[in-house]
Amino acid sequence: MSLHIATEVRGDTLIVRLEGELDHHTAELVRQQVETELDKGVTDHLVINLERMSFMDSSGLGFILGRYKRVTAAGGRMSLCGVNDQLMKLFELSGLLKILRMYQTESQALSEMGVA
Amino acid sequence: MELKFSARSENESFARVAVAAFVSQLDPTVEELTEIKTAVSEAVTNAIIHGYEEQEGQVLLQCRIEGNVIELSVEDHGRGIEDLEEARQPLFTSKPELERSGMGFTIMENFVDSFEVESRPGMGTRVRLVKTLKSQALASQH
Repeated sequence: MSLHIATEVRGDTLIVRLEGELDHHTAELVRQQVETELDKGVTDHLVINLERMSFMDSSGLGFILGRYKRVTAAGGRMSLCGVNDQLMKLFELSGLLKILRMYQTESQALSEMGVA
Repeated sequence: MELKFSARSENESFARVAVAAFVSQLDPTVEELTEIKTAVSEAVTNAIIHGYEEQEGQVLLQCRIEGNVIELSVEDHGRGIEDLEEARQPLFTSKPELERSGMGFTIMENFVDSFEVESRPGMGTRVRLVKTLKSQALASQH
């Protein structure tokens, strides 16, 4: 598998750390795993750490937008961190840059969520 | 270079890596290589999800190098696209239930210099992408 997925729960925030390539194939795997975590009902907020991503295409945008809709519809907040130039270009093109909160580091994202 | 492979999502990464390896002889920048890989990934993913609707099928990927110009073609013999104008609109997707972002064509258009789609309903779709490497043009002047 070309995507490694790690999750951690801190307070009411779910942290998802992705490493590798996020495309149509791997987006389906990460979607299932993150949905399972969110279904537990323990966390309201979501931080996705993209610091170790080496590739992403529009399937990754679909995954991120899908989680954003779910989390915000339930009154939670979602943010991204570790966004590199390649990912930033995709977020700009798709308009996601306007709706998503982005932070340089995970600790900054978490402190904004109040769970530093 | 020509590759024919099964329309399976596992092969999306194979297609990107194969094209990246082939064009690396032109010594592209990391940014150019990423743009080419992303455009290929979008075209191949479209063939798998929309062309064959995740059923059996073959995807034909061709790549040609002429000087510092890279020509790519991704072809399927799937269901084709009824309304190309609509399909090319940013954020339009025929499969929102699959969390498609509707950005595939927009990304291809932005990441290469020339982008064409030919499609016939019931027959298939062919996407042609052309990208000129700027880094190579500069390097050859020295």
